[in-house]
Amino acid sequence: MYINQHLCDVCGTCVSVCPVDAIEVFETQVVIDNDVCISCGKCAQVCPARAIGDAL
Amino acid sequence: MIRKFYDVVVIGAGPAGSVAARYAAMGGASVLMLERDREPGIPVRCAEGVSVNGIEPYIDIDESWVAARINHAKLVGPSGNSAFLRNNGAGLVLERRIFDVRLCELAIAQGVRLLTKANATGLIRKNGVVSGVEFTHDGVETSVACNIVIGADGVESRVGRWAGMDTALALKDLDTCVQYTLDGIDVNPEYCEFQFGNEISPGGYVWIFPKSNHSANVGIGIAGVKAKDKGPKEYLDTFVAKRFPEASATYTVYGGVPTSYMKDEYVQDNVILAGDAARQVNPITGGGIVQGMIGGQLAGETAAEAVKAGKFNRRFLMSYKRKWDKRLGDNQKVMFRLKERFLGMTDGKFENLVNFIKTIPEDKFSMSYLFKEAVKEDPKLMMDVAKSFILSKLKK
Ligand SMILES: Cc1cc2nc3c(=O)[nH]c(=O)nc-3n(C[C@H](O)[C@H](O)[C@H](O)COP(=O)(O)OP(=O)(O)OC[C@H]3O[C@@H](n4cnc5c(N)ncnc54)[C@H](O)[C@@H]3O)c2cc1C
Repeated sequence: MYINQHLCDVCGTCVSVCPVDAIEVFETQVVIDNDVCISCGKCAQVCPARAIGDAL
Repeated sequence: MIRKFYDVVVIGAGPAGSVAARYAAMGGASVLMLERDREPGIPVRCAEGVSVNGIEPYIDIDESWVAARINHAKLVGPSGNSAFLRNNGAGLVLERRIFDVRLCELAIAQGVRLLTKANATGLIRKNGVVSGVEFTHDGVETSVACNIVIGADGVESRVGRWAGMDTALALKDLDTCVQYTLDGIDVNPEYCEFQFGNEISPGGYVWIFPKSNHSANVGIGIAGVKAKDKGPKEYLDTFVAKRFPEASATYTVYGGVPTSYMKDEYVQDNVILAGDAARQVNPITGGGIVQGMIGGQLAGETAAEAVKAGKFNRRFLMSYKRKWDKRLGDNQKVMFRLKERFLGMTDGKFENLVNFIKTIPEDKFSMSYLFKEAVKEDPKLMMDVAKSFILSKLKK
């Protein structure tokens, strides 16, 4: 999954539903580790800013 | 100078973290608190509603962080039909950007050391035992040793995951939220408004929490399971366009609310969670400020006892979970079950709930009256929900 950094509000909601701990809030940016991500799409569904998608 | 060792490291300086840190220090522990942001309390991802009863044990009420005093809750059903719930004890709408800093100052006054722009990045293990925290401070990688880590790192908590806990939320147990602080509007600063209905806010509600007679936090939380095709912002924009077409937004914020409950698993050797990180939130209302402070107190006290006893294993720390269950946890599990039913509630049932509350004369409004009447008519579901709303008002 990919984050549109322009839309992301760094609220961390996505992190709370990630089943494989692939998402990290690093200082002022949310980062998805696509080596760990299983593309389940949960993060995208709960993102209140609609900043996450399965392509860049 | 930051010392190389503290008895307790608290990660996150929200209400849960700052109260945990304060109580741990009051119990004699040396405490370091790490906060990722440049200032605690900012950005405010919160509607800022609390009860006076709930916060009074932790802080003296001060006008500098009180935006409005609330006497009623107005519940509005899907058709616009509404009922008032009189609060047992007044409510407040806070200025959390000030409130959260005050809570930190109270911790610091007890000897807690706070670092801002300090982002925890992992736990350190020695022979398999958690013995410290890795973090960046002002962008520089560093670390600190400790015996206990309290993860008070909010809904996005990763401390639990580092410690091997499964804290991932199911989509039904996470509300996705958007909120505007609207100005230039006409609101009654004496009541908070809650709007229900599957069209307006599926699996959640829209709130209007006044900050003055011309401004309010207007937001929405919808259940993650119901957010597939339409996100919370689309629902909120529809609502605001209708209700406050001329409003200006002075602030926009996104966020998530865990609507789960605290599990045994959130206590491990050397590591405990508190606040949103431990899902210590009222699963029906989404209120977590007071819940987090209570969880923080119990976590901090337990950490201090552990330091005194020199015992940091799960067996010892589980007393925290037992105390939590007694204080709020058992109640939280009831609310959680109610929430599951709430998720499936039809608009007709919401209307019934509003109508039922309306039948109660104001001077008779009490829990026992509500109970008696409910038993008479046996609207079990309505009762459960009504009860949980009032209980949450009392406990918040
Ligand atoms: C839109 C919305 C409206 C709400 N309205 C209300 C309401 O009206 N009333 C109510 O009672 N509750 C409300 N809540 C819930 C309430 O905001 C939370 O329950 C409360 O803030 C939880 O406190 P906390 O201390 O656990 O976490 P937080 O307040 O989230 O604090 C966690 C802190 O940890 C820090 N942190 C996270 N990770 C790290 C790390 N790795 N290193 C260092 N620091 C870290 C964060 O920066 C943050 O400051 C609302 C929530 C939302 C999203």
